[in-house]
Parts: sequence; structure tokens; C-alpha cells
Amino acid sequence: MGVLDPIVELARGLWITLKSIGEKPVTFQYPEEKRPVRPRYRGRHVLKRYDNGLEKCIGCSLCAAACPSDAIFVEASENTDEKRFSPGERYASTYEINMLRCIFCGYCEDACPTEAIILGDNYELSYTSRRAAIYTKDMLLEPVASPDLLTPQKVEPGKYNRRSVPEMQDPRD
Amino acid sequence: MITDWTLWLEWFIKSLILIFALLGGFAYLTWYERRALARIQTRIGPNRAGPFGLLQPIADAVKLVFKEELTPAKAFKPVFFLAPILTVVPSIIIAAVIPWGRSINLFGREITLYLADINVGILYFMSIAAISVYGIVLAGWSSNSKYAMLGGLRATAQMLSYELSLGISLVPVILLANSMSMIEIVEAQNPVWFILIQPVGAVIFWIATLAEVNRAPFDMPEAEQELTAGYHSEYSGMKFALFFMAEYQKMIIVCAVLAVFYFGGYLGPGIDRFPLLGPVYMFLKIVVLLFGMIWVRATWPRIRYDRLMSFGWKVMVPLSLAIVFITATGILLADQFNNDIWLLTIPVASIIVGVIPVVTIYRAIRRLSYGRA
Repeated sequence: MGVLDPIVELARGLWITLKSIGEKPVTFQYPEEKRPVRPRYRGRHVLKRYDNGLEKCIGCSLCAAACPSDAIFVEASENTDEKRFSPGERYASTYEINMLRCIFCGYCEDACPTEAIILGDNYELSYTSRRAAIYTKDMLLEPVASPDLLTPQKVEPGKYNRRSVPEMQDPRD
Repeated sequence: MITDWTLWLEWFIKSLILIFALLGGFAYLTWYERRALARIQTRIGPNRAGPFGLLQPIADAVKLVFKEELTPAKAFKPVFFLAPILTVVPSIIIAAVIPWGRSINLFGREITLYLADINVGILYFMSIAAISVYGIVLAGWSSNSKYAMLGGLRATAQMLSYELSLGISLVPVILLANSMSMIEIVEAQNPVWFILIQPVGAVIFWIATLAEVNRAPFDMPEAEQELTAGYHSEYSGMKFALFFMAEYQKMIIVCAVLAVFYFGGYLGPGIDRFPLLGPVYMFLKIVVLLFGMIWVRATWPRIRYDRLMSFGWKVMVPLSLAIVFITATGILLADQFNNDIWLLTIPVASIIVGVIPVVTIYRAIRRLSYGRA
């Protein structure tokens, strides 16, 4: 151990902090520049659709049953061929999530038999009243590419029956 | 009579400029510190209000002015109100003796670039600096809060301990300049800055001022983790702003004083031809020294309180006494042999003496930490 070791050590500490001035800042200038979220990030819920525009949600309320904080409210109605929302027998005529209650645990995702509800990548949730904290179905539903994919759709009778909800795939990510 | 009147006016204007410079300096020192700290921590720092965040201090000031002021129910109100004033006033009037340059000719008048040339400038600095501890301890006591009380007590003990070595570390400067006036001290450094003759004295002064203005690593009186905000825990709004102001103004002042005592004050190339360069040199030196303070804050952790006290009493005071002795001996030798080369004994002997405590402390800490393991 040299005599000047303590001074060298103090100076090394100072040198490390001085060096870091030249480094690139890690800051993201948030509103202008957004960091992409991780693939399995649990942000705001999205109600998914099939490619033909029909909603995946069949109004079974399993998500509401699975929800530990009781944030989801689902009311189901019968589909008809005149006004068809989902390929199954029923669809969610009301779908509300209270974002003040939601803890973003993702149990609704796991419970959903049709992969209709997915926790997306949107974390910019802000509201100014309790009423505005309740996200309704039209806010959660995935947007469509063209207006003729919107629900309700008019389909020819017999195209969809109670077996027409596709099998679930295993998650890939 | 007419000369009297203009003299008063000159003093008044110079005081106003000084006060506004200090206020502006305080505001932009907070910006400077936040930006510098951010860069050291590889962040960006405030950059939203105005270009490079330059309007951030104004936004902060507006926020502080309009904040609600809370007075604790059981506080001792007169002292509670007086304490911030007692802290901020010394931090402003201390600037009166700091020389910013020689003198300039303006409107056919000789205008000196300092407010007052007191022949005991160092004593003035020491005594006013000592007053500011009252504001802090009274703030801590009158808040009627445990944290504030402990912060105030810590501040008292710390400032008393380090003021001693602060004062003694100025004796070499007085000896070398053969004067206590700030102007003559600066002029005495004309060929050689005092830091080259007495480097250990400058380091002791620097450490003691860090403790004196409660800066990291000696920020025990306002240690966030232990005492929330220390002596100003119970203050908010404008009263808190006054404490904040006093702290940053004291930072500026001690850096200015350090520049005057050890870094040649307003001296620099071309100062003889352009006296207006004096304030510029002072400003640059202060900015560099302030960066040192920020740098130290960003690097070293807070010292433990018992170590702070034993460092102050067992290391700083004896060391500063030793360098006074060495400086006096060196000056005597130079006088005796009528040769300034003997002044070289001062830095050599001081550095040797200064290395001894560093090594001893290091060994002692190592022994302690290995002994425990």
C-alpha cells in the first residue's frame, strides 16, 4: 500500500463522476420521445376483433369473474344475423372497465376464452373525474381499418352458429 | 456637500448592483447546480422552461412565492419569523468587502470596483459568517420540531468546529499578504497565487467552507434521509425560499472569498490595461470553484457525524495550526536570508504535513473495517 493511496482513491472517485459528464444522457424527452414498452407490458385493455371485423368478445363475463378488484362489468345480449357483433351466440352489449379499480394484473387476459381482451401498450391513462375513469366498450374496442368492418354487421343466415368461435392458440410471446 | 451626495449615490448604486447580482446569482446557481448534477448523473436536467431551461429559476421563484406558508401551531412565532431574515441578511452583506476589480473611470469619476475596502476585511468576513449560524440554530429551535431541532444543533456544533479551522487557515494568507484588507491580499498575489505557496491552506479553507455552508459531504444539518430537511423542515413558501437563498448566496460568497484569498481574486492577464476584466476574472473563478462544490456533492457520500466532529477537531485544527507555523517559518527564513527562494519551503513542508493526516486516517479506517470483519 503506497503512501498516496487514499489521495489516489479520492481522485479516482472524482474522475469517475467527471468522466460521466461526457456520456450520453439516458433521459427520454417523454412527451416527444416515447420509449417502446416490453412485449408483455400490461397497459390499457384492448378488446380485439377478428380479421373480418367481428368482435372476439362473446360476453361470457369470465373476465369479470376473474377480476380480483372487481373492475370489469359485462352485460351480454343475443346476436342475430341482422345485427351480428361476434361469431358466437352472444356478445357484450355493455363492457366497462373502471380504471381506478383495475390493478393491471392481467387475470382477465388469462380468463378470456376467446383472447378478446388483451392488455395493450398504452400507459397514458389520465382522467379528471371518477366518471371518466370508467372506460366503456367503444373506448376499449380495437379500431377497424375500413368502415364496412364495423359491428354490427349484417350476415347471411347460417354462416355463424354456436360452434363458429375459433379454437384458442397458445400465446407466442 | 455635493461630493457627499454623489458618494452616497455611488455606494447606493453599487450596493444595488451587488444585491441584484447576488439574487440573480442565487437563482442561476440553482439552475447551474441542477444542470451540472444532471450531467454528472447522465441526465439532462431542467430544459423545459425556456432555452436550456434558463427560465427555470423564474418558474421556481413564482412557485415559491405563491406557495402556502405554514406556521406550526406551537412554534415560537417572533423567532420563527426572524430566523430566515437573520440567515439571509449576513449572506448578502458579507459581499460588501469582496473586491471585484481595481477601479474604472466613469463620468470623470474614479469608481472603485468594490463596495468597501475595510482594513480588517478578513475579520469582517469571519464575523459575518459567524452570525449566519444564529439564523439556522434559531430556526431549528423555534420550529418546535424534533427534526428541525436536531438539524439546528448539528449546524451549531459543525459550524463552531469548522469555523476554528476556517479562521486559522486564513492566517497564512494574512502572513503572506502582510495585511487583512481584501484588496491588498489580492494585490499581494500579483506574481504568484497563494494556492501555489500554501496549497494545504487552500484545501483546509475549502473543506471548512464546505462545512460552513452545509454542503455535501458535510450537509448533516439538512440530511434528507435522517432529518427530512433539517433546520428548515417546518418552513415553506417564501420563508423557505429565504433559507434556500441564503444557502446558495453563501456558496457564491465563499467561492468568491476563496478566489480572493488563494486564487488571485480579480487578477489575470491584461488586468493592468483593462480594469473591467476584473469582474470577469472573478466571475470565471467563482464559476469554476462552484463547479468544484457541485462536483464534490455528486461524488462523495455524506460523512458520519462523529467522524465529522473528530475530523474537524483532531485533523483540521491541528493541521491548520501546523501550516500557520510552517508559513511563518518560511517567511522568516526568506526574510533572514533575504531570498524569496526560501518561500518554497512553505508548499513543500505543508504538503508533507498535509499527507500525514490523510495517511493516518486511511490506516485507521482500514484497521477499523478489517478489525470488525
